[in-house]
Amino acid sequence: MSYKANFRVWRGDVDSGELRDYTVEVNEGEVVLDIIHRLQATQAPDLAVRWNCKAGKCGSCSAEINGRPRLLCMTRMSTFSAEETITVTPMRTFPVVRDLVTDVSFNYTKARQVPSFTPPEGLKAGEYRMEQVDVERSQEFRKCIECFLCQNTCHVIRDFEDNKPAFSGPRYLMRIAELDMHPLDVADRQKAAQEEHGLGYCNITKCCTDVCPEHIKITDNALIPMKERVADRKYDPLVWLGDKILRRGKTQ
Amino acid sequence: MATGTAAPGRAQIEERHLRTDRWWLSPAVTVTILVAFIVYSTWRAFANDDYFAEPYVSPFYSPCLAENCDSMPLSANAPLFGDWWSLSPALIILIFPLGFRLTCYYYRKAYYRGFWASPSACAVPEPRSKYSGETKFPLIMQNFHRYFFYFAVIVALILSWDVLIAFRDEHGAWGHMGLGTLVLLANVLLIWAYTLSCHSCRHIIGGRLKHFSKHPVRYKYWQFVSRLNTKHMQLAWASLFSVALADLYVYLVASGAFDDPRFF
Amino acid sequence: MSEVERHSYDVVVIGAGGAGLRAAIEARMQGMRTAVVCKSLFGKAHTVMAEGGIAASMGNVNSNDNWQVHFRDTMRGGKFLNHWRMAELHAQEAPDRVWELETWGALFDRTKDGRISQRNFGGHEYPRLAHVGDRTGLELIRTLQQKIVALQQEDEAEFGDPEARLKVFQEATVTRLLTVPDSGSEAGNRITGAFGYWRESGRFVVFEAPAIVLATGGIGKSFKVTSNSWEYTGDGQALALMAGASLINMEFVQFHPTGMVWPPSVKGILVTESVRGDGGVLTNSEGKRFMFDYIPDVFKEKYAKTEEEGDRWYTDPDNNRRPPELLPRDEVARAINSEVKAGRGTPHGGVYLDVSSRLPADVIRRKLPSMHHQFKELADVDITAEPMEVGPTCHYVMGGIEVDPDTAATPGVLGLYAAGEVAGGMHGSNRLGGNSLSDLLVFGRRAGLYAAEYVAELGDERRDVPQDQIDAAAAEAVGPFNNEGAENPYSVHQELQQTMNDLVGIIRREGEMAEALGRLEELKARAEKAGVEGHRQYNPGWHLAIDLRNMLLVSECIAKAALERTESRGGHTREDHPGMSADWRKVVLACTLADDGGHVDLVRRTPEPMRGDLLALFELDELKKYLTDAELPSAAPSAPDEETN
Repeated sequence: MSYKANFRVWRGDVDSGELRDYTVEVNEGEVVLDIIHRLQATQAPDLAVRWNCKAGKCGSCSAEINGRPRLLCMTRMSTFSAEETITVTPMRTFPVVRDLVTDVSFNYTKARQVPSFTPPEGLKAGEYRMEQVDVERSQEFRKCIECFLCQNTCHVIRDFEDNKPAFSGPRYLMRIAELDMHPLDVADRQKAAQEEHGLGYCNITKCCTDVCPEHIKITDNALIPMKERVADRKYDPLVWLGDKILRRGKTQ
Repeated sequence: MATGTAAPGRAQIEERHLRTDRWWLSPAVTVTILVAFIVYSTWRAFANDDYFAEPYVSPFYSPCLAENCDSMPLSANAPLFGDWWSLSPALIILIFPLGFRLTCYYYRKAYYRGFWASPSACAVPEPRSKYSGETKFPLIMQNFHRYFFYFAVIVALILSWDVLIAFRDEHGAWGHMGLGTLVLLANVLLIWAYTLSCHSCRHIIGGRLKHFSKHPVRYKYWQFVSRLNTKHMQLAWASLFSVALADLYVYLVASGAFDDPRFF
Repeated sequence: MSEVERHSYDVVVIGAGGAGLRAAIEARMQGMRTAVVCKSLFGKAHTVMAEGGIAASMGNVNSNDNWQVHFRDTMRGGKFLNHWRMAELHAQEAPDRVWELETWGALFDRTKDGRISQRNFGGHEYPRLAHVGDRTGLELIRTLQQKIVALQQEDEAEFGDPEARLKVFQEATVTRLLTVPDSGSEAGNRITGAFGYWRESGRFVVFEAPAIVLATGGIGKSFKVTSNSWEYTGDGQALALMAGASLINMEFVQFHPTGMVWPPSVKGILVTESVRGDGGVLTNSEGKRFMFDYIPDVFKEKYAKTEEEGDRWYTDPDNNRRPPELLPRDEVARAINSEVKAGRGTPHGGVYLDVSSRLPADVIRRKLPSMHHQFKELADVDITAEPMEVGPTCHYVMGGIEVDPDTAATPGVLGLYAAGEVAGGMHGSNRLGGNSLSDLLVFGRRAGLYAAEYVAELGDERRDVPQDQIDAAAAEAVGPFNNEGAENPYSVHQELQQTMNDLVGIIRREGEMAEALGRLEELKARAEKAGVEGHRQYNPGWHLAIDLRNMLLVSECIAKAALERTESRGGHTREDHPGMSADWRKVVLACTLADDGGHVDLVRRTPEPMRGDLLALFELDELKKYLTDAELPSAAPSAPDEETN
């Protein structure tokens, strides 16, 4: 059941590049990453691609297939027809390193800007008590494999390079939501989400949710609830009036 | 300087996007339906006629808050606006459901994608060079969604009243049911489902809590609303259709184009 | 040679999986300037693949659990070949390591009273595995990653530079450890640094450090069918060997009985044990539940004789014996292997694992969500409607770098530490599920701690990195570019995997292993001629050509040790020597680098006898199965069994 498929793979580096055509064997049951590996082994030994677990659990092999952000290892060849030309490019939101490999350091920088988990003073290891119902919301977000496809697809930074400093992206806004919903986190994160991490840039068009290989409901369960929590704090006239009258501090 | 996917450092690919599927279909459908609804509802809202056919009142005209309303003795009328209001009374009340839907998290997605191309579809570039999302006026006003939600609950209550009185006949006697009753009933059920599945509602009812375990009742409500919430998009469309259909039905009956079939 | 990029640290950790990150956190918290060097991106390590949980006797679900029981289970699982002191420390410290993760933000599944929930697993007497659904490894990595970020935030506040005291160098491969002879100590060599290259640019980099922690994981990529990722090329084992350390117990390689066999792209990926635990049965191409034919004598009394009895066990475990599908991993793997060899396999060379005829579809989806998802997305198989095809897959190496059980220091190389899968001894001849993640945490911390202590004792004393070693390492690394198209590294790798899979796999025979050693020699010669084209920037062919050296060296060690050990024990099965021998338990096989630098020598070591108080945790009858008469506790034969409990 094997056939020859037409592939167009972006080859190049930061200076220049092109979509190069390949004809390559495809066997039953393979995924796009297998084909990329076959190209490496037979026609393009220096084709650069990042990958690890090949089971959709590590989030390394993020790229774009026919213009859609996907994991190479989770895109089955059977979803394409034998005649179709399959175009594979690197993620187009991050600087390219070479071929299908991009520089994703933007994400690590943003990760470092989210204040870490802050437990209550004096709570000792082994004494943590949390109810299952209280940890479930954050647990969903912790399924994240950090493939950065949501960061890649988000138009706020994909289409507008200038927004990168002001916007942390869905992955890290979700991280803030995760901590804000953590039953034992005591830090105040709501205003910072809006003022420092650019939650207001999100226009909830849900591309992050669409591409998530872990099927995390990023928009409905993390971003919108955070927007509502921010609205509690910043856009509720009653709260605002109360703050003015009572001259309450910025943090509670 | 080039921005977006053409920004320096990114892979230099001529094609602005490489999607091969019919990505434009979904925004096109959205635009078509929303435009059709806007045209229809504008005509009906300004018509100021044929919105009442005993005992049915069009959801576009309820509650009626001006003195120039038709005589609708059983409906939730309150001429708060007095007699200076000479335009269609629908315009007063429609602000609220309009605002609710305009700031709704689902409709925002739909019209940002469909009308603003921001973005039209995932990984399809936006046709502009600057973007500030919902950080500035007027879009920062989207954060007031919750207040429209409160009004939407009141409107839904009034529309429920309208359904209730639709079980009385034109003489005010209980035990009536016509096709119109069922149309209004179906509409109000969808309106309620849409209203309660709202993201703000989900937040207010329980989402804002840090510890569900300390609020078991609210947690139960939150779970219920969360289940509804996963269908928010479907409910948004279904209730949009139903409200237009309910109005159309009343219009047809009121204008005499159609006789309401009575079951009992 | 031109100047290479240099970085100077107190402690350099190689590998960013659970053990590496835990070591780095500890070294940094001890005040050391610490670097982590890893081949992949930060947070992508193979630890994310771990599903089941972290074994720790917290006793949250069953309060009878304690470290002694955990210790006993671990020793039994490893067939008493484990270094008892490592097993002891592991069992004692695992609970603290798990609780500590919570203070860093981990969110485990909870019990009703709000504590960490624990689940049952093969070989563990009580529910013991702290878990988050079936993605515990991911939680572990993410928590450690976030702890590192937290420490970096502290440094940013204090020094204005988040990487002032803890920096992750990602996508860099270390190809050599740099040492100087150390005349002043028993150790032969002393660590001065490490040499490597950036995968991205191909440029070389030298890390100068008096202490190095190896935490590079396993060796699975030497086998054709494996659950391991490309990173598992035996780097740490080979680096240590070349620096003068020994590898022990390398003949013990765990084959998980159920890996996916189809489609080819996912061959080897794990199918969790819970599928069988929840009722899944193994059948051959004739539709027969063949496991009933493979119950070994020692287990005859503990497993069901008929399908009816086995089926009753799921609902009534107290009055029935468990079905033989739940025999230990090595037994099931061997049985599947035999069925396939006898021609009763599936079209793709496995056997069927079926839950679809055993449980209702909604129950399968609820109990095995990730398996349902995995087969649906990767194989287009709906496990609620059709059987899976499965076969054994290379999963874990019990052996590894010889270390001091308390300090994780490597005898023979001063300043070299090892933790996690790369270290040997802890798991003996067979590892229990769940003991891997706890191993990472317990010994990762110890390696970081003692590396930091060692550096603190050194004070300001540093030895220079020898320039000749840097030059030699650089020349070695660019070698493949000078071999003009002689050998394709991908073909050499494929043949190595085939050789190890066929000849040093689950079932081993003397002749085949001797043949394997011959083939490895040929492959070594070919690997030296492996040529690559293109440039050094992110060139996977070049990376593989360099990794071949490590895989070949480690494979030779595995094959030699497996040939030498003429008994069957845990992860080592000799068809020509099926029995377990108490005399062999007193032998630890160690590989050292031969004088020619390209081969390994095998030496026999005698393990230290187990401490009396630990021996006393076992009943005499059990000890008799493993120990020679001379090793048995002298007073024990007359002592009543109850008292030894």
